Amino acid sequence: MSIITLRESITQALREEMARDEDVFIMGCDVGLRGNPFGITKGLMNEFGEKRVIDTPISEAAFTGLGVGAAIAGMRPLVEILYCDWLTLPMDNIVNTAAKTSYMFGGQANVPIVIRAPFGVGGGVAAQHSQNNENWFVHVPGLKVIAPSTPYDMKGLLKSAIRDNNPVMCFEHKRNYSIKGEVPDGEYTIPIGKANIRKQGTDCTIVTYSYMTYVAEAAAAELEKDGISCEVIDLRSLLPLDYETVMDSVKKTSRVVVVTEAPLRGSIAGEIVGEILDRGFDLLDAPPQRVGSKNSPVAYNEGLEALCTPKKEDIIAAVRKTFE
Amino acid sequence: MKNTNCIEEIKKEFDAYAEMYVPEGLDREEQLRMYSIMWLMRKFEEAVKPLWMANKVHGYYHPYITEEAIATGIITQLKKSDYVGSTHRGHGHLIAKGGDINKMMAELFGKEEGYNKGRGGSMHISDMSIGMLGATGIVGAATAPAVGSALKSWIKGTDDVTVVFFGDGGSNAGSICEAMNMAAAWKLPVVFVCENNQWAIATDIARVTGEPDLYKRGTGFGIPSCRVDGFNIYQIWDTAKTAIARARAGEGPSFIECKTMRMLGHHATDDSWYRDMSVCDKYWEIEPIKRMGEFLVGNKIATQEELDAIEADAMKQVEASIDYADNQCHEPSLDTFYDYIYADGEVIK
Repeated sequence: MSIITLRESITQALREEMARDEDVFIMGCDVGLRGNPFGITKGLMNEFGEKRVIDTPISEAAFTGLGVGAAIAGMRPLVEILYCDWLTLPMDNIVNTAAKTSYMFGGQANVPIVIRAPFGVGGGVAAQHSQNNENWFVHVPGLKVIAPSTPYDMKGLLKSAIRDNNPVMCFEHKRNYSIKGEVPDGEYTIPIGKANIRKQGTDCTIVTYSYMTYVAEAAAAELEKDGISCEVIDLRSLLPLDYETVMDSVKKTSRVVVVTEAPLRGSIAGEIVGEILDRGFDLLDAPPQRVGSKNSPVAYNEGLEALCTPKKEDIIAAVRKTFE
Repeated sequence: MKNTNCIEEIKKEFDAYAEMYVPEGLDREEQLRMYSIMWLMRKFEEAVKPLWMANKVHGYYHPYITEEAIATGIITQLKKSDYVGSTHRGHGHLIAKGGDINKMMAELFGKEEGYNKGRGGSMHISDMSIGMLGATGIVGAATAPAVGSALKSWIKGTDDVTVVFFGDGGSNAGSICEAMNMAAAWKLPVVFVCENNQWAIATDIARVTGEPDLYKRGTGFGIPSCRVDGFNIYQIWDTAKTAIARARAGEGPSFIECKTMRMLGHHATDDSWYRDMSVCDKYWEIEPIKRMGEFLVGNKIATQEELDAIEADAMKQVEASIDYADNQCHEPSLDTFYDYIYADGEVIK
């Protein structure tokens, strides 16, 4: 075991998979010489050459399209979008080509591409560098979506994503990059679509993912002091989503709070609550609660930025509400 | 016989007009092969409209009729492992790459035996086994992915070439310009072919484009670019030969604007009420099959009897494909509803 940052866990996954499979290559703005703004791909261009770590022009629509086409032709591209906010630019290539090619072509082609995108609120980078757009992609049949929160999960899931024959969107919360955790020294992968129970509990289930996992854990720790035992589920994958683990927990606790950092309106929190009701309305002792960001663009000003996202107190209040 | 007055009029208004000639290296056998491929495209598409009217095929079908020389003159020079990026007008591209019209007709009928197992139809016709990367329902959307296949050749160091087609409408899509820029920057093995039929659905390209000479866009990206007569299969073949060789040698992309004229509606049932179709009358005199046929006979390269036999054979193949699709193929089982959404048989509901 080594203790590394989540940022380093991504670098390790990329390096190992590039060494393992010559079809794996990276493309994106500043991924080569600069090694990406967070230093994640630093050194990889020297190690693997300019044709496997490709610095692109600022043409997200087309370079993602090139990646999609290279995947259709049999490569395993890792396309990096500097901030998930700019996924709007290659949206057509993701939604209409990557997600639909296998189906439209009757299985003649697969699109084994991974699109990595930093996301989430924090750092005063305002409305076009702070969004949580992961929800949009959960709505698209043909895609897979992962959003791991720990170095261990990130490395294992990213390796699985690279080996997966489907297009996978990988959302990396910017606030998670410096989080440290234990990672095995040897080879391992984590299957896409399996949630992780971060904390066992008996009274209320908190379902969440990515950075909000840490906020939820802090809320659960505080509630524990008051005798409320929360089970915290880190989904890790949003599509497919591990409803078995969620429902097993709800069976045990009879209460559920779903937490996302995305603006609540139209978010995955509502979708998860809907699915829980479909699968087990009778299991519940209280109406399920949703916690998400305010329905607002993210502000530059620190106070306004902070006001936008869910806090520990919001989650605590939501859990308490299930006991009213 | 040709209407000489028409040709004189065309020469005045159609600035891409070029005289026919047999380029060096193009033998009689290959000329007749190209002639037969054009007839196969024509007969196939002429057969589809009545099938649509009879409710045997449905959805949208965009005819390639009178643009056959472009796909034929270019794609027939490719090898099997080369790639073709197509448009919504893709039947001709697939036939030129060596596709199976039985499987294409079965797809248009929506049958399980079709290329796309009934999931795609005309607008998504594809054959990955021969590098035909698929037609697309979104104008301009297939270009960047097609250039991605050239990126693969570049990374892997193979000599495979990608020919990517788009129209005058598609040429105004931003990602095509972005893809051209990357192809030029990295010297990717691509031939960009703009099939300029002068109509973007119902909009005359001149109304929405400041520079009507579309090949100049390639020049702007540092790509050797030229315009050819899109009705002249010999000039197209000759120009493409150079461009393909350049790409294969790793010298980078080329841009060929094949200027033509859309002589039918945007899709099968578009009656073109928004334009004066009488301007097309004279262009029917130089439509590529008639024009090549007259040239072959006039220059004693082939006899009229040989050409008639080629046409009849194309008709027979198309009739057989209709019989196959209509009588020998099957509807997809509804049990297979979730198939192919994900790879490797995975089902995520």
